[in-house]
Amino acid sequence: MSTQMMREEVVFKRAAPLAEAFTHYCPGCTHGIIHRLVAEVIDELGVAGKTIGVAPVGCAVFAYNYFNLDFAEAAHGRATAMATGIKRVQPDKVVFTYQGDGDLAAIGTGETVHVATRGENITVIFVNNAVYGMTGGQMAPTTLPGMITTSSQTGRDVELQGYPLRVSEMLATTSGAAYIVRRSVHDIANIRKTKKALMTAFKVQMQGMGFSLVEILSTCPTNWGIPAASALHFIEDKMIPYYPLGDYKVMEAVRPLVVN
Amino acid sequence: MKELWKGNEAVAEAAVRAGCEAYFGYPITPQTELLEYMSRRMPELGRVFIQAESELAAINMVYGAACTGARTMTSSSSPGVSLMQEGLSYIAGSEVPAVMVDVMRVGPGLGNIQPSQGDYNQLVKFGGHGDFKAICLAPSTVQESVDLMALSFDLAEKYRTLVYLVSDGALGQMMEPAELPPMRPVNRQRPAWALTGADHRPPNVITSIYLDPERMEKLNLRLQAKLNEIRKNEVRWKEFMTEDAELLLVAYGTMGRVCYTAMKQARSEGIRVGLLRPITLWPYPSVRIAELAEQVHGILAVEMSAGQMVEDVRLAVEGRCPVQFYGRMGGIVPLPDEVLKVIHEMNEELVMARPGELVTA
Repeated sequence: MSTQMMREEVVFKRAAPLAEAFTHYCPGCTHGIIHRLVAEVIDELGVAGKTIGVAPVGCAVFAYNYFNLDFAEAAHGRATAMATGIKRVQPDKVVFTYQGDGDLAAIGTGETVHVATRGENITVIFVNNAVYGMTGGQMAPTTLPGMITTSSQTGRDVELQGYPLRVSEMLATTSGAAYIVRRSVHDIANIRKTKKALMTAFKVQMQGMGFSLVEILSTCPTNWGIPAASALHFIEDKMIPYYPLGDYKVMEAVRPLVVN
Repeated sequence: MKELWKGNEAVAEAAVRAGCEAYFGYPITPQTELLEYMSRRMPELGRVFIQAESELAAINMVYGAACTGARTMTSSSSPGVSLMQEGLSYIAGSEVPAVMVDVMRVGPGLGNIQPSQGDYNQLVKFGGHGDFKAICLAPSTVQESVDLMALSFDLAEKYRTLVYLVSDGALGQMMEPAELPPMRPVNRQRPAWALTGADHRPPNVITSIYLDPERMEKLNLRLQAKLNEIRKNEVRWKEFMTEDAELLLVAYGTMGRVCYTAMKQARSEGIRVGLLRPITLWPYPSVRIAELAEQVHGILAVEMSAGQMVEDVRLAVEGRCPVQFYGRMGGIVPLPDEVLKVIHEMNEELVMARPGELVTA
């Protein structure tokens, strides 16, 4: 019997920082994709051993179960304040927050604006799916006009409930922000671009260049009340017109770092 | 060597000397001098200082820094402390050490910037949601504030818990001679549970949520066991002239020193008054007060409030003797003469009652 072994080359495998766990996310939710991209970037940069993540209150509240990284659980909206405390006493570590639209753009707006304008050397991953997922589908600051949610049951009425907030555009006006971009994960081309943006954002932090944020347009088929595939189209057809993809702030010093 | 120090600044320097690594705060009268002092002193020593965008942000920055095992603190006054309650509850549930200084002012609402003891309930009963108690240390002089500041950090780390330094606008603003301890070096050694990056070790997760009720009850039972340890080991108080006292004053902080003077005045008139000044408001010196309640004919609690600590006195006394209350609000600081007047009234009532007869308070 031949004992010759076939040499097999691993061409793709789970990035080590991504835990081998079943997630609780819904079918069609793009948290899974984004988690994978974040883990791959941290892995490729070789910084898993010195990275600390801060989990939000939202569907990603248990993000720490899905990463093999040191993690803290923040109060709702306060992840960037926590990250500030963690980073300031340990400037050599890589610190990121992972937040939804309620966490970052409603209750946490104050912390979000100030962490940007202070130019904190942290990276924020902003998952924008225009609705409050964890609590069952209420209106978010990023809910589009006319969108039906459990707290805008006849559709968001801008007269009564105001207009959606464009976070990337807003934060780009702060001088402390070094890299503010909006991407999407609704198709493969955009998933690839999102990964490059995340890579750039973490590099910005590691070079001590200031605050980096990647806003990622994401799906919530369950609370949008549409099938998973339709949800991907919803991003393209409805969300991108209001939230254009692009680079909103790229400091001069950051340009050489940008991953293309 | 004693030097003249403003209360707020002495507390700040005491924290620095105790090895505080990171201070996060927000301006609010009457404690702003503490923040301002830290804004110069911490960067001078290469340590962390941030004036946060709000008290809400400040306490969450403390929470973050505490997760790394660093010695960290914040300071505020009553309305700001109300804002911090959510963050304090998270810190408590996560079992990371942290210190907060509350320089109490008048409430409720915007109140005013004068001294008060109206935060007793929100500090001592734990104003954050859930079952918890923070260690509450109440100095009554600038020197004692300095001494208790260093103790705050040590206790916070010993038990992985919250410690509050309970001050007030008078103590914060007054200037008194105080001696500061020598500078302790910052301890850069991080505990095993800290978030330092999972380098060649399993990841650490610091959280306060457990959806499984049984697991959550286990956490709560562990917290309660910790609190019981603290109750056993860390009660502190001072008593004066209690050996033969017939009337006991109970007061803390600024009111402790006012009552000390009233007690001396009463004694010079022949009234046998003693004073128990709690230093830990939690854990409260209930056992000692219960003992004294067997001996004295009446207890008078004096506070700058509508009566918050007096409830803990009544709980400790459990009806053994009458408990009365005297207090002022709005920022008015009772003077020894006022307290003496109440002592006179109480004393007359007690003298007129026949022995063995219950005197209704």
